[in-house]
Amino acid sequence: MTETVHNLLLGFSVALSPPVLLYAFVGCVVGTIVGVLPGVGPLAGISLLLPATFGLDATKAIVMLAGIYYGAMYGGSTTSILMRIPGEAASVMTCIDGYAMARKGRAGAALAIAAVGSYVAGTVSVVALMFLAPPLASFALRFGPPEYFALLILGLLVLAYMSSGSMVKALAMATLGLLLGMIGIDQMTGYFRFAYGVVELGDGIGVVPVAVGLFGLSEILATAGQETPPAVIKPTLRELLPSRQEWKDANWPIWRGTVLGFLIGIIPGSAHIISSFVSYAVERRLARRPEEFGQGAVAGVAGPESANNSATSGAFVPMLALGVPSGPIPAVMLAAMMVHGVSPGPLLIKQQPELFWGFIASMYVGNVVLLILNLPLVGVFVNLLRVPYPLLYPGILVFCILGVYAVNSSVVDVWIMLVMGLVGYLLRKLEFEPAPIVLGVILAPMIEMALRQSLAMSDGQYAIFLTRPIATTLLAVGVLLVLLSFKSLITHGFDWRERMAMAEKGDEL
Amino acid sequence: MLTTNRVAAVTLGALAVVVLFESRKLPLGSLHNPGPAYMPVLLALALLVFAILVGAYGGASRGLGAVGWSEWRHAAAILGTCAFAAIALERLGYRLTMAIALGFLIGVIERQGVFVTLTLAVALAAGSYLLFDTLLRVPLPRGPFGL
Repeated sequence: MTETVHNLLLGFSVALSPPVLLYAFVGCVVGTIVGVLPGVGPLAGISLLLPATFGLDATKAIVMLAGIYYGAMYGGSTTSILMRIPGEAASVMTCIDGYAMARKGRAGAALAIAAVGSYVAGTVSVVALMFLAPPLASFALRFGPPEYFALLILGLLVLAYMSSGSMVKALAMATLGLLLGMIGIDQMTGYFRFAYGVVELGDGIGVVPVAVGLFGLSEILATAGQETPPAVIKPTLRELLPSRQEWKDANWPIWRGTVLGFLIGIIPGSAHIISSFVSYAVERRLARRPEEFGQGAVAGVAGPESANNSATSGAFVPMLALGVPSGPIPAVMLAAMMVHGVSPGPLLIKQQPELFWGFIASMYVGNVVLLILNLPLVGVFVNLLRVPYPLLYPGILVFCILGVYAVNSSVVDVWIMLVMGLVGYLLRKLEFEPAPIVLGVILAPMIEMALRQSLAMSDGQYAIFLTRPIATTLLAVGVLLVLLSFKSLITHGFDWRERMAMAEKGDEL
Repeated sequence: MLTTNRVAAVTLGALAVVVLFESRKLPLGSLHNPGPAYMPVLLALALLVFAILVGAYGGASRGLGAVGWSEWRHAAAILGTCAFAAIALERLGYRLTMAIALGFLIGVIERQGVFVTLTLAVALAAGSYLLFDTLLRVPLPRGPFGL
């Protein structure tokens, strides 16, 4: 405990230094803008802005990117409440009651509750991250290649299980991502694989062009030709204060959302999306008047908003402690850290304590910045949405091309983005989720290395995965999830993943 | 009936077969010393299985005709603009390429007025260059006459 406090003080000495504070602030502002803009979610936002951090040292760069991440989570709620347009997928559930509150003239109160809920959740979950990550990292030092292989496979299986819709489709996408990750020089033998003479593919396909293509460009392709968004409800500063009853109604949902969000965040998968869905379902079930949900229930805003922000911190636990990203956004964050020469994993906390604890402390600071920033400036951010989409998307496209090109100064990456944009657009039409592809691309080299090292250790015996307790347990959990996914086939009913897919499409909205 | 899942299944299956075919150029290795083709072959086989499963349950998905493609012209124009940017970026330089790309999208595709088109195209191309290249020191390509 004393050591943790000492380390945290070290972290605050880093986070509160003026340059780091400035980059945390810039990250939060940019992240909020990214969250507000439809079509540029946190994943594409972090990928696009990665080159902007190249001139910075690792600590400032990571602090700024983290600021973009949780800024985007905050920003997404604004458009959900004021326009019924989720700025990013995790805000889908906020649309339902947030927009209903706005139509009743309580837009300001809904925004304030979302902001305060996000602040409480963000701060509490950072405390949990602070206490959980170091012991988990110590435990992970016991991991050898078989344990890492089992953990990575479990990560993909959980992501597939947690995805809305079909697990088989999600697994197919994860496999596609792993195959894309096979392109380039084989790390163990030096063979060029599937590069077809393109030298730039020697280092493999970067996660940035894949993420920007699948999430940024494909969104532009799908929405540019459609009608412009509906009118914006603009609250005044005076309307931002919720009533006493509204605070009372929001209190417990905020705390429940915080705990739920953090726990779900640790589990691999699109945690922030799932957590908001689960929180909404829990609040509706616990409500004294469930019929109010959909008509502007305060708990329907407070719970999901707290949960998705708490999950943001939760997702950093396996990434920082194990070096294993739990979803596409942490995967891009991991790639960003690697670009800056930082290797997250069990040794990070010991080898680079300033960076780890500075990052933790900057999350506290970031939450305060976002609370101060978001409420008074909500009108400014909302004005971005008044820019007609035919003028907005060409600008976003420029940043997509710029962001992707600048990572390696390579036009090959722009071509990859173009292809992945087309793939993402077609996948959207065919109702496939692209998120597992991104995770597959980043996990592919780790999985391959762990498998080949494990087989070399065991002289080609696959039984090695069944003779080591940690690996066996992890794989058993994976098998259990696969079996659970068959449940709805037997019962012929909708399971929670199918209900979530329906909600995302708006069938329940 | 041609459903979305069946189309996806055929595409994924074909991709898996292509990977299997291409992997024959690489050594497969052995169980205790897997070669560079080992993992791709394993993954291609897994993809083939998933494609078959997606196809097998494909009847319940939407028909391909029910998928809306109304925005395809816009999508094609945007993809064409990206392709132009990829070709021109290192030949014409960042500012010129982006100004042309933006001018095409705003003026031709979105049919905005000449003043709006020119102002936005030049301001966005020059502004993003100033922000990234000059202020953030991310090197961006220059074209003829240092543009």
